Amino acid sequence: MNGAEPVEVVEREFGELALNMGPQHPSTHGVLRIVLHLHGETVVRAVPVIGYLHRGVEKLCETLAYDQLAPVLERDDYLAPTANSLAYVLAIEHLGGIEVPRRAAWLRTLVAEIQRVASHLVWLGTLGLDLGGALGGGTTLYMYCFREREKILDFLEALTGTRFHTNFNLIGGARYDLDAGTARVAGELIDSIGRAIDELHAMTSASAVFVGRTRGVGVIPRDLALAVGVTGPVLRASGIAQDVRRAAPYDAYPELPFEIPTRTTGDALARFDVRMDEIVQSLAIARRVLDGLPEGPIFSRKPIKNPKAARIPAGETYVAAESPRGELGYYVVSDGKALPQRLKIRAPSFANLQVLPHILPGLLLADVVATLGSLDPVLGDVDR
Amino acid sequence: MPSDSTVLALVTRFAAQPHPLGVRVASDRLVDALVTLRDVLGYRYYVLGTACERAETFDVVHAVRDVDTGDTVCVVAEIPKDPAEIASAARVYTGADWYEREVWDLFGIRFLGHPDLRRILLPDDYEGHPLRKGFAIDTPWGYRPSTRPAGGGS
Repeated sequence: MNGAEPVEVVEREFGELALNMGPQHPSTHGVLRIVLHLHGETVVRAVPVIGYLHRGVEKLCETLAYDQLAPVLERDDYLAPTANSLAYVLAIEHLGGIEVPRRAAWLRTLVAEIQRVASHLVWLGTLGLDLGGALGGGTTLYMYCFREREKILDFLEALTGTRFHTNFNLIGGARYDLDAGTARVAGELIDSIGRAIDELHAMTSASAVFVGRTRGVGVIPRDLALAVGVTGPVLRASGIAQDVRRAAPYDAYPELPFEIPTRTTGDALARFDVRMDEIVQSLAIARRVLDGLPEGPIFSRKPIKNPKAARIPAGETYVAAESPRGELGYYVVSDGKALPQRLKIRAPSFANLQVLPHILPGLLLADVVATLGSLDPVLGDVDR
Repeated sequence: MPSDSTVLALVTRFAAQPHPLGVRVASDRLVDALVTLRDVLGYRYYVLGTACERAETFDVVHAVRDVDTGDTVCVVAEIPKDPAEIASAARVYTGADWYEREVWDLFGIRFLGHPDLRRILLPDDYEGHPLRKGFAIDTPWGYRPSTRPAGGGS
């Protein structure tokens, strides 16, 4: 309209607005609630509320025998089931002085590394969904990641008969052996995922939109990372090369060369870079395991007929393994009876989520989603 | 395995007892020991905080790490069951905040001086502390509508 008065834009001052994000928000990857206090679109305060998925696992553990616990604990971090049981059996083996045959240790390493790739693929795919429209509607990246992950689940099914909660790790060894046919499947899987990585990079790190949405977002400074105790890729993206596989090597890791990817900027892009590099490293480790797999038995104990008859000597220990999300540790207290006196799960997602109230203030609302996605929390792991 | 020199330093300064995972200190010296670990001995990384119920007492455990050497030390303090309370470490290590809330939630151990001691995993109006040995695992807890207005959480 010619000559019309320009419309006057009135900026209203609403003051502080409390916005409830979750517990059923798609980007919370489960049931996490964050009470965001906003000033305009800027976060001034963030209060995470967790516990929606609390199942009382630690209490349940005090009612089951040691040999019955690994399958229960696999349900904690449901994107990396074998990582949970691996850390648990390592703790019990340490407490009970139980030997693991060399072949079983190598097989557990193979499964752990392939599981890490599967978990990182789910993280990347869902990060694509979180960032949404920027990445071809988000679903594209998700589908590409899940296509590759499907091959891993197929391999686990060939190895164990189960696609997900494989119950692979046993106290004193591994439950399933790798035959020549399954080893060939694993080799093909490693090659094909290795080829797909370039494709995934083309959709993410080569995209100006993706980099723009993650660079400088959700920065965790080195000192904060230490004081809060964030772990895994989140810690390594803040410049601290801390990895349980190197700091307290277990299973086959003392014998295998590998690199620990780190970054120093501590932002969402750095955490992305660390995880992408970890996929490459994990595939290389898995390849080395396949090439050098020793022969021999895979279980060092007598067959377990009555789990409640097994005894673990009295004592206490803290043993950790490097799960895809970081240091997954078990603090176990045994009083020499059939049931554990206390079993505490040091969940990496719990440690990583705790940093949220410190880094969210000052971010824009949309960056909260990117930051949360880059932390890769699994709420089953947080709430236990 | 905790390093011998660290254990020795804590034993001489705080009259601590060696423990398989670190040291056992008197409950009133726990925070001092953690401050020394952080500022003097270089244990700046917070690993975990938890508790364990014994026959007559609770053990409160804080694990901290020196990321340069990878050495982890547990500091264990024994407290009575009544009153079950101990000084909070949340002002020494930021990370202790949620772990202490979890111990309060599940064990009912009160951390004095904690900035925000609320339940963390269980509903705010939950009764009892489930990880205590006296709490039966089949204690009924049906659905209850929340008694708090929506949008609280703080």
